[in-house]
Amino acid sequence: MASLGIDVLFKGTNFLRLLQGLWVSIEISLISVVLSILLGLLVGVLMTVNNKVLHAILKVYLETVRIMPQMVLLFIVYFGTTRVFGWDMSAESSAIFVFTFWGTAEMGDLVRGSIKSIPTIQFESAAALGMDKVQTYFYIILPQTVRRLIPLSINLITRMIKTTSLVMMIGIVEVLKVAQQIIEANRKTSPNAAFGIFLVVFLLYFIVCWPISRLATYLEKRWA
Amino acid sequence: MDKDILIEYLPLYKEALLLTLKIGWQGIILAFVIGLIGSAILHFKVAVLKSIVGVYIEIFRNTPLLVQLFFIYFALPKVGIQVTAEACGVLGLGLLGGAYMIETFRSGLEAIPVIQTESAESLGMNNFQVLWHVILPQAITISVPGLLANVIFLLKETSVFSTISLMDLMFTAKDLIGMYAKTIECLFLLVVFYLIMLLPISILGALVERRMRYGQFGD
Repeated sequence: MASLGIDVLFKGTNFLRLLQGLWVSIEISLISVVLSILLGLLVGVLMTVNNKVLHAILKVYLETVRIMPQMVLLFIVYFGTTRVFGWDMSAESSAIFVFTFWGTAEMGDLVRGSIKSIPTIQFESAAALGMDKVQTYFYIILPQTVRRLIPLSINLITRMIKTTSLVMMIGIVEVLKVAQQIIEANRKTSPNAAFGIFLVVFLLYFIVCWPISRLATYLEKRWA
Repeated sequence: MDKDILIEYLPLYKEALLLTLKIGWQGIILAFVIGLIGSAILHFKVAVLKSIVGVYIEIFRNTPLLVQLFFIYFALPKVGIQVTAEACGVLGLGLLGGAYMIETFRSGLEAIPVIQTESAESLGMNNFQVLWHVILPQAITISVPGLLANVIFLLKETSVFSTISLMDLMFTAKDLIGMYAKTIECLFLLVVFYLIMLLPISILGALVERRMRYGQFGD
């Protein structure tokens, strides 16, 4: 048990490659989060609309996303749809599609929850002032939900970053894949490198997610 | 979609489902136990242990299960700690789940009015009796919807086990697609089997939540 891989970590550009791998996951999560928040606002508002058909459709959507593991959704989109429809979808776009699909449902539910917490009198007062539905939501309701939504959306970012570690399974070279490559390449000279490298990956994820979730908790307490 | 292929693959998926459930439930029970102990430690503010539990929660809530599994399965053997793939799955799921269960139980414990503890103490109960006979039964009832949500979350997370070559549903699907390229049939069965596993719990969760709300109307 001579070395545990710390030397391998600083050999050549290894550490830089790990960080680049991490950036791949973060990039996918950030794009998906931004799309999810925008679409989630729309879906959340639609969830509060009194329309049985719309309600049923959104309910099925939400429950599907809740029940299916994200990995299954990734496989369906990346391997399934390309097979059925014969199109060519890159792994990155499949990942962004799946995580947005998932994030929109989660965000939509959060938006629905916060809209429900706004007292009815706000809707009635807006109506009494002669505002239409769009104006009511845009000027009165949504601005009031923002305080509740910001901590929850920040939380969604950490969940998204954690879940994007799965993209390795559809062949995207992200931090875990890079870690495996580094370990493989140094198998002969440093057989115990797996410990150091995976420990670093573990810590990298923690260093990225921890401050974000602390911020979310802080804002939740402060704005509650 | 080819019906014969579905029938041919069915037994393989059934076996995978059983393995997923076996590891899943063992992990969930471990998570449950960790959750109970951890939340009790936080509730009674036990010195030192309290900080350890806090650090544990932060670490496991802020890293993906996939990375935790890789660490336990591939990295720990290098420092002499060897675990089988199955034990690794149970351990990983249990440790991840425990971090979430502690939070769920704690919010249940916090929801119990202080007067319950005070009354129990005035009856001469010791700390353990107060917890076991008075607080826990009430706290667990309050935590049930949260617990079921955690159970669904953890069973979903089992899909990650395929990466440490446990023959779970995901692994079976991936393997069959790789060998025979019957993508559609394999993915269809995958979805069906996850539904079989998770839909009943999800429905149960919805029922329990409605029931709980019904129970609270009197307040």
